[in-house]
Amino acid sequence: MPVVYIRYFLLSAILILAQILVLNNIWLSGYFNPQLYVMAILILPLFLPGWVLLASAFFLGLIIDMFTDSLAIHAAATVFMAFCRPAVIRLVLGKTYDNETEIPSFAAFGGLSLVIYVVLMVFLHHTVLFFMEIFRLNEFGQTLGRIILNSALTSLFVIILFALFERNFRK
Amino acid sequence: MRNLLRFIIRYNFFFLFLLLETLAILLTVSNQYYHQTFFLNSANRISSGIYQTYNRIGSYFQLRTIHDHLLEENVKLISQRKENYIITDQDVFIAEDTLFQRRFSYMHASVINNSVNRRNNYLTLNKGRMHGIKPDMGVITATGVVGIVKQVSERFSVVMSLLHSDMMVSTKISHNNHIGSLIWEGRDYRKTHMMYIPPHVELMTGDTIVTSGFSTIFPENIFIGTINNWEIRRGENYYTAIIDLALDFNNLTHVYVVKNLLKEEQENLEEFALPDI
Repeated sequence: MPVVYIRYFLLSAILILAQILVLNNIWLSGYFNPQLYVMAILILPLFLPGWVLLASAFFLGLIIDMFTDSLAIHAAATVFMAFCRPAVIRLVLGKTYDNETEIPSFAAFGGLSLVIYVVLMVFLHHTVLFFMEIFRLNEFGQTLGRIILNSALTSLFVIILFALFERNFRK
Repeated sequence: MRNLLRFIIRYNFFFLFLLLETLAILLTVSNQYYHQTFFLNSANRISSGIYQTYNRIGSYFQLRTIHDHLLEENVKLISQRKENYIITDQDVFIAEDTLFQRRFSYMHASVINNSVNRRNNYLTLNKGRMHGIKPDMGVITATGVVGIVKQVSERFSVVMSLLHSDMMVSTKISHNNHIGSLIWEGRDYRKTHMMYIPPHVELMTGDTIVTSGFSTIFPENIFIGTINNWEIRRGENYYTAIIDLALDFNNLTHVYVVKNLLKEEQENLEEFALPDI
């Protein structure tokens, strides 16, 4: 069991480094800033106790905040996303949901369900993130545009990564 | 009491969420103001260490551009040397040093972290308290205003960029000295807005915008950009001009930190004379 946790730690560390050193330097028209690190929460196993899920989301967010000078907005966004995860999973998997489909993947969820799961979670995260960042409502349209465009981009990246991991697992 | 505890334990997921979310929002709100030094910034030891290593590698790839910029600046400085001028006036000059007192002094720093793609952007510099940098100092480059120092640690400092929703710089139109406030409204990091220009002022495309020197942070006449377009927005009595920034925030590598030597004197006097503000 500990080996699995070490693998999660390593993966989270790689995602965090990729986020702060590579992705935060991607500036497509000064508008896109994909937040790939949310994947560290998305791939956590379903049987994980709720408090572990929330606590790891909080610390993940805080670490990103430390690097981006963004106060605690990433922490707020990831905690909110983690809180919504059980509900989203119930919504996506319906009544067939059980703890046997342990780790979210194409094989466990099925293609469409996984895509919906990723898009919904990323959208929830980005909604909180970008509204916390601007902290006012008078640029509503612009903020909404940012949320939708960035959600699409982040989801695309996350789904591609899921597909890559899938291949590795099958080998 | 036991029932309450049982209730909390039963719904621990929800209560823990409430606790952590409140904590995060509190951290965000209570640190929105100046000078609240806290671990949540890139001037702390771990993140600044990682950024500096990354910057050391990355800066190799920009050496040529930096080299070109330095050459340009050298040419400018060399052309200002005394040997390049001949005295055309035959009168006698008296050198009276006490006529001039230094008001601003400068030191250079390199940017180790920067962003232009968020709504609120910050930069991290590789100099801090031990080099004499303090909060509220101005940061400029040869081509324009960069921002204001917000937090300092021992060796690093975080600068609130011009591209930040709370940033406001007092500026003026160079040729007629009318003042206005520079505010960034997001989206494009090459453009910003100059607000509150009275409508009787005649604006021209290409008018030069410089700092007004009214604040204690920036010296006067630092070039910011040129007017691109202007309008009177609905419900307002002032022109809002769109400014093309001269400085490209995207390839910022070296900056100058401005120290105002007379700042305390000016602020003390103003505080004394204008107690309400």
